[in-house]
Amino acid sequence: MVENRPWLTVFSHVVLCLGVLVTALPIWIAFVASTHPADSMLSGRTPLLPGGNMLENYATVLGSGVKAAGSIPVGTMLWNSFVMALMIAVGKIAISIIAAYAIVYFRFPLRKTCFWVIFITLMLPVEVRILPTFGVVASLDMLNSYWGLSVPLIASATATFLFRQFFLTVPEELAEAARIDGAGPLKFFRDILLPLSRTNIAALFVILFIFGWNQYLWPLLVTTDEGFYTIVMGIQRMLQAEDAEPAWHEIMATSMLAMLPPVLVVVFMQRLFVKGLIEQEK
Amino acid sequence: MAGLEFVGVRKTYPNGVKAIHGIDMAVSDGEFVVIVGPSGCGKSTLLRMVAGLETVTEGEIRIGENRVNELEPADRNIAMVFQNYALYPHMSVFDNMAYGLRNRRTPRDEIARRVAEAAGTLQLEGLLDRRPGQLSGGQRQRVAMGRAIVREPEAFLFDEPLSNLDAKLRVQMRLEIKRLQRALGTTSLYVTHDQVEAMTLADRLIVMNAGVAEQIGTPLEIYDAPATLFVAGFIGSPAMNFLSGTVADDGAGANLDGAERTLLVAPPASARRGRITVGIRPEHLEPVSRETAALEVVVELVEALGADSLVHGQLADGGEGAAVTVRVDGARRVAAGEVLSLAVAPNHVHFFDPDDGKRLA
Amino acid sequence: MEKRVVFSKLGLPILLVAPQIVITLVFFIWPASQALYQSLLLEDAFGLKSQFVWLDNFIALFSDPHYLNSFARTVVFSAATAGLSLGVALFLAAMADRVLKGATAYRTLIVWPYAVAPAVAGVLWFFMFNPSIGILAYLLKGLGYDWNHYLDGTDAMMLVILAASWKQVSYNFLFFLAGLQAIPRSLVEAAAIDGARPFKRFWTIVFPLLSPTAFFLLVVNIVYAFFDTFGIVHATTSGGPAQSTTILVYKVFNDGFIGLDLGGSAAQSVVLMAVVITLTVFQFRYIERKVAY
Repeated sequence: MVENRPWLTVFSHVVLCLGVLVTALPIWIAFVASTHPADSMLSGRTPLLPGGNMLENYATVLGSGVKAAGSIPVGTMLWNSFVMALMIAVGKIAISIIAAYAIVYFRFPLRKTCFWVIFITLMLPVEVRILPTFGVVASLDMLNSYWGLSVPLIASATATFLFRQFFLTVPEELAEAARIDGAGPLKFFRDILLPLSRTNIAALFVILFIFGWNQYLWPLLVTTDEGFYTIVMGIQRMLQAEDAEPAWHEIMATSMLAMLPPVLVVVFMQRLFVKGLIEQEK
Repeated sequence: MAGLEFVGVRKTYPNGVKAIHGIDMAVSDGEFVVIVGPSGCGKSTLLRMVAGLETVTEGEIRIGENRVNELEPADRNIAMVFQNYALYPHMSVFDNMAYGLRNRRTPRDEIARRVAEAAGTLQLEGLLDRRPGQLSGGQRQRVAMGRAIVREPEAFLFDEPLSNLDAKLRVQMRLEIKRLQRALGTTSLYVTHDQVEAMTLADRLIVMNAGVAEQIGTPLEIYDAPATLFVAGFIGSPAMNFLSGTVADDGAGANLDGAERTLLVAPPASARRGRITVGIRPEHLEPVSRETAALEVVVELVEALGADSLVHGQLADGGEGAAVTVRVDGARRVAAGEVLSLAVAPNHVHFFDPDDGKRLA
Repeated sequence: MEKRVVFSKLGLPILLVAPQIVITLVFFIWPASQALYQSLLLEDAFGLKSQFVWLDNFIALFSDPHYLNSFARTVVFSAATAGLSLGVALFLAAMADRVLKGATAYRTLIVWPYAVAPAVAGVLWFFMFNPSIGILAYLLKGLGYDWNHYLDGTDAMMLVILAASWKQVSYNFLFFLAGLQAIPRSLVEAAAIDGARPFKRFWTIVFPLLSPTAFFLLVVNIVYAFFDTFGIVHATTSGGPAQSTTILVYKVFNDGFIGLDLGGSAAQSVVLMAVVITLTVFQFRYIERKVAY
C-alpha cells in the first residue's frame, strides 16, 4: 500500500479471515454432520467436530440413497448430474462457437436477424417461460431423458457473444494469410481459429459445467422418473421425507457430494474460471 | 514466373466510396514495383485486389496470361507478406511455412526440402521449432518472408512489411528483401508509405494519390521530372520547395512573390502568361555571393545533421507561403537571422501549373 | 465492429448458425410467445375451452393481494440480497486489495461458494438454522432469540436472504477485486501525495472508478435475486410460512405447475419477462456507454 500503516494491514487480515470463516462455516457444519450417526442429530444441537461415521454414511447414500425419503442411490444422481452438466457445457460451446464464427466471418442474408434472435435468449431465462417450455419438451417426447435435461438449455447468447468478442480480436490478416495459403472456411476454422480459442473454450467450459451442474428448476420440471433425478434437485426430495425429522446426516453427506465436483473445478482451475467470469463483463 | 497487368482497374466499395479510379500498367517478369503514397490513397487496396482479398469492381488484373479477377487467392499463385506478419501464433516456424504447401498437397519430402532451403536463405535454421511468440521482430519478418518463398509463387506481394520494425532493422531488412528478390527473380509488388523505402527498392514506382496513379516510372525519372505537384512534394526528402509567382513579361523568367529579383530560368514555352508554381529541391540551392544570387532567404532555423545541415527560412520580403528549405554542406556555419544568398541550378527548376498541378514541359 | 475479410459462401454460414437458431426458436421464442398468447386467454379447468379475454388476466393479477404481496416480498428480498452481498463483497475486496501478501489465497478461499448450487446453499443454511438441532438457532437461543423459520415469516425471509447472499458474495468479490486491481496504482499514489487518507481515498478516487463494475454487479445481482434463487426457496421454505417467502419466480412455478392456472401463470411469466427485458436493456445501455468512453 501507499503508506505504512501496520494496524490497517492487520485489520485487513482480520476482516479477510473472518470472511473466510463465514464462507467456510456452512460447509464445515455440513461436513461434520455428514460424519455422525443419525442419533447425534437428535441431541438438540449439531456437533462441531467430525464423528466416526463418515465412510458408512457416504457409502450408504452413494450405494442405496436416503432410505427415509425413499430416494434412489446418490451415485446414480451424481452420474445424471455429470451427464447433464457435460452435455450442457459441450453443447453450448459447440453451437455457440460455430454460430459466432458464422456471424463474424461471413456476410449472409438475415445475419443481423440471427444476431438478435440469439440476443433475445438473454432475456428469457427458464424461470419466465416455465409452462410453455415444459409443454414443448413434453410434446417432443423429451421428458425423462438426458436430451430433455440438456438440449433446451444449450442455446446461449453469452457464449456466442464471448466467442464473437474473441474472434473480433483475432487479426484479420490471419484469415487472409490462410486464404492465400489455400485454406477454405472450414479448414481455417479447424486449423487456425479453434486452436487459438483453446483457452477461451476451457474457461467457458469451467463456467458452463458449473452452470449445468447447478441446474435446479429445469430437472425438477422434466424428470418424473427417479432414475433421471440430478443430485442438486434430488436433495430437495430428501427433505420432504414423510417422517417428522429429515435424515440430516445423510442429507448433508449428499450435499457434500453435490458440491464437491463444481467446487473442485473452481479451486483447481481457478485461473481459467476467473478469466471466464470476468470476460462476461466486457 | 510471370508478369502482371492492370487494365482499367477500378474499385468502388459497396458503400459507394471510390478507392481506385482506374489503373493501367504492366509489370514485367521479375520486376520490382513499389506502390507508394500517403495513407488512404488506395495503394493497399490495389495490392489486395491482386491478392484476391478485395474484389475488382471494373477492369481486369492479369497474372501471366491469365485473368485472375474471379480466382480465389489460393489459386492465383501469389504469396503475400503482411505488415503484422500474420504468422499463425499456435504453429511452429516450420508449420507456418509448411501450412500453405500442405494445403496444396505438396509431398512431405518436398515440403521439408523447400522449408529447409528457405530457412537456409533466411538464417532461420535454428528457429524452426519455435513459436512466433518466441521470436524477435526481425525474425518474425523473416519467417513471413520464408512463408512466401517456399510457395515459389509467380509474384510476391508486400504490404508495408517493414513498418513494424525499428529504424535500424528496417534499413537492414530493406537490403535483404532487395537482395532476395534479385536472387529469386520473382515479380514483386511492394506497398509502402515511406518514400525512402520506395526509392531504394523499386525498379519502378507507382506514386498514388486519392485512388489515382499520379506517375509511374523509375525512381530517378520521378525524382528528376515529377509529373505533378503532388509527386514533386511526396518524393524527395526534405520536400521540394514550392514558390508561387508569375511568368515574366518576356517569358525569360519568373517573378517570385516576395523576391526582389526575377528568377532567370525560362519556363517552358507551354507556360501561359500568368500565375506559375516554381519547384526547387533543397539540394539544388547553393549559397553564393550576393551579386550572383538568384534568391535571398532569411534564416529562421538550422538543423545540423552532421554531413549536411538543413536551413529553414523565408524569402526576404516574403509573405505567406514563401518558406524555403536549403540543404547546405555540414561544414558551413549558418546562424538564424542571417540572410543567405542562393544560386539555383537551372536544370533543376521545375514549373507547374498552379491550377491543375501538372508539370509544365 | 466488423471484420473486413469475409468468406463469400452462402450455405455454410446458414448451416453454422442453424443449430443455435433452431434451439432458440423451439425452446425460447416459441414458448415465450406461447406465454404471451396464453396470458390473454382464459381456459376452463379441463383445458377444453378457451376464451380470449385481452388483459383480464393482468388486471386480475394486479388486483390479487397475494400477487401484490409476492411482488413486495420479491422487492424486499432482492434489495436485501443485492445490498448485503454487494456490501460485504466490496468490503472484503477492498481489504484484499490492501494486503499485498496472500490476496490470491484469500481469493481462492472466498470465491469457491460460487460453485455451490443455490438450492444446496439453501439446504446448508436451512440446516444451520434448524430450530431443533441447528447450530445457529442454538446460538440465537442462547442470546435469547427464539428462531423458527417454520413458523415465523421474518425468520424465513432472513434465512433465504442469508443463503442467497452467502453464495453471491463470492461472485461479487471476484469482480470487485478485479476492478480494484485494475485501478492504476499511480492514481492512488497521486491522491496520497495530495493528502487524502486511506478512507477518503477510497470514497473519492477508488469508488468512483469502480462504479461501472458496481453498476454491472447491481444488475447481475438483481437478476440473480429475481430468478436464480428459485432453488433456495423451493428446497427450503417452499414459499412459506404463510407465503412469507413466496417470491415471484416461486409463485409462477407454483400457480402454473402445481396450481395449473394457465392464464394466470402465463400473465405472471409475461410480467417477469418484462422485468428481465428492462434489466437487460439497462445493462446494454451501460455497456454502450462504456464503449463510448
